[in-house]
Amino acid sequence: MNQMSTEGYTTADGRQIGGVLMEMKNITLRFGGVKAITDISFDIREGEIRAIIGPNGAGKSSMLNVISGFYVPQEGEVWFRGAKRPPMKPYQVAQQGIARTFQNIALFEGMSVLDNVMTGRLTHMKTGMVAQAIWKGAAEKEEVENREVVEKIIDFLEIQAIRKTPVARLPYGLKKRVELARALAAEPKLLLLDEPMAGMNVEEKEDMSRFILDVNDEFGTTIALIEHDMGVVMDLSDRVVVMDYGKKIGDGTPDEVRNNQAVIDAYLGVAHD
Amino acid sequence: MPEQLFFALEVILNGLMAGVLYALVALGFVLIYKASGIFNYSQGVMALFAAATLVGIMDGQVPFSHLINAIFGTNVHHFGWHIPALLGILLTMGVMVFLAWAVNRFVFKHLVNQEPIILFMATIGLAYFLEGLSDLMWGGQLKTLDVGLPQGMNATLDEVTFNLFGYGFFIDNLDIVASIVALILVVTLTLYSQYSKQGRALRAVADDHQAALSVGISLNFIWILVWSIAGFVALVAGIMWGAKSGVQFSLSLMALKALPVLMLGGFTSIPGAIVGGLIIGVGEKLFEFTLGGMMGGATENWFAYVLALIFLVFRPQGLFGEKIIERV
Repeated sequence: MNQMSTEGYTTADGRQIGGVLMEMKNITLRFGGVKAITDISFDIREGEIRAIIGPNGAGKSSMLNVISGFYVPQEGEVWFRGAKRPPMKPYQVAQQGIARTFQNIALFEGMSVLDNVMTGRLTHMKTGMVAQAIWKGAAEKEEVENREVVEKIIDFLEIQAIRKTPVARLPYGLKKRVELARALAAEPKLLLLDEPMAGMNVEEKEDMSRFILDVNDEFGTTIALIEHDMGVVMDLSDRVVVMDYGKKIGDGTPDEVRNNQAVIDAYLGVAHD
Repeated sequence: MPEQLFFALEVILNGLMAGVLYALVALGFVLIYKASGIFNYSQGVMALFAAATLVGIMDGQVPFSHLINAIFGTNVHHFGWHIPALLGILLTMGVMVFLAWAVNRFVFKHLVNQEPIILFMATIGLAYFLEGLSDLMWGGQLKTLDVGLPQGMNATLDEVTFNLFGYGFFIDNLDIVASIVALILVVTLTLYSQYSKQGRALRAVADDHQAALSVGISLNFIWILVWSIAGFVALVAGIMWGAKSGVQFSLSLMALKALPVLMLGGFTSIPGAIVGGLIIGVGEKLFEFTLGGMMGGATENWFAYVLALIFLVFRPQGLFGEKIIERV
């Protein structure tokens, strides 16, 4: 399954997964003398839900930051849509169609939910500064069109009731959902979720899981996510990468990973040599 | 008695006009603060620099002429042309945009993610640098700025009010122009920041850098944009103040008057800057008019600061500032 074939595979629940969308080749990331990621390779295929799991400090978030351009790896290559990606600033990565959420929620607290989600459309707005300043014709039309997309997403994630509320006033679970809405508004080719369920209660977790599955199902969005909650990961994802101490120790379907001895050791805490 | 009432009214009107000029400077502060969280101490010097550059360009002065003459032993001072005001303003705006780029490229790009106090210190350094640059480029002497704005008493208003009430109001033409310009500026900037794509990106950057990057906003572009807009506001303020009292070093000190305006209006509110400016303008004129005599006059020098101090005690976020909420 991990071979470099262009044709995809069929999941257990019968969804057809496409070719390789993103591939990480031998990524190594160092902070000074500390190796956060050591020689990791894996791919993400079109239409799948790919999870990256591992104990605390395994380097999962670092990996996500490499994909979204926040960290630049010292070694290795990032391939996206069949082309090697040159070193890029995070905003350029976003413009390429990779949207993300953050572990500790990074929303524009002073702005309303609607405005927050609208910022997700920035990469789709093309009219120039002067036209925007005059606010007529093309700029107005564009705003209306983008507003329609945003309203659809707001409906989809069931946050209509709080559209005009300043984000700072929202409870934690809703903030997470607004952040997802903003990422979705970009209509990304790849959606990165950094611990989408961290700090949530059971009910909120169920809601979030449902939204993630619906997003994948409805829009066909490819999703890569990091999660601590093993149960959630196994239910949601099609394939799982397991990391420990910056190294890849497992890769495969949830069932394969569950029965992988190295993975069991990492989670149950067998002494490292 | 009505005589005195009319006089009071005239004082208020003049206060409003003066307030508009304070507001113009305060506006520059608010814009940069909203977009980058930097309190730009150099806003006043930027106004001085803009005004001096405008005068220099219009008069065809050779920039750095003293320096050039000292090094090469030449004796050049003027290009010998005179440029019309509108073109001069456009060219000066070009210089301000270049300045915005340079400030971002050489100073603030290297200070990303630093504490606000460090950024603030950097703007103090920038203020001194710009002050020196302005002197070096255009000379430090008092210059008169004439871009063709009407000046002096508005005769029509004087006549009309005299015929109506038997008391002629004295309002300076320049103040009227300044008010209109400020009004246009505020409306435009407010609409721009609320409803345009760049405006939204601007507010986004002000709020959270990481999140802004993740939705595809280039921080560099936004910062250059913000400093350009601040440069533009500085230019407008520089023209108004320069036309009123000449282009000289004291022009940069008016920025200090903008501080109490900001404390009243709130550091993050564009309308707040205007209302704050008006309150200070009217307040200090009225105070001088009513109680000034008893206190030995010259109350305008300190009234604004005392008012700001009182505000700091009772409403630290200002009239329009965002309420400070701390979640526990």
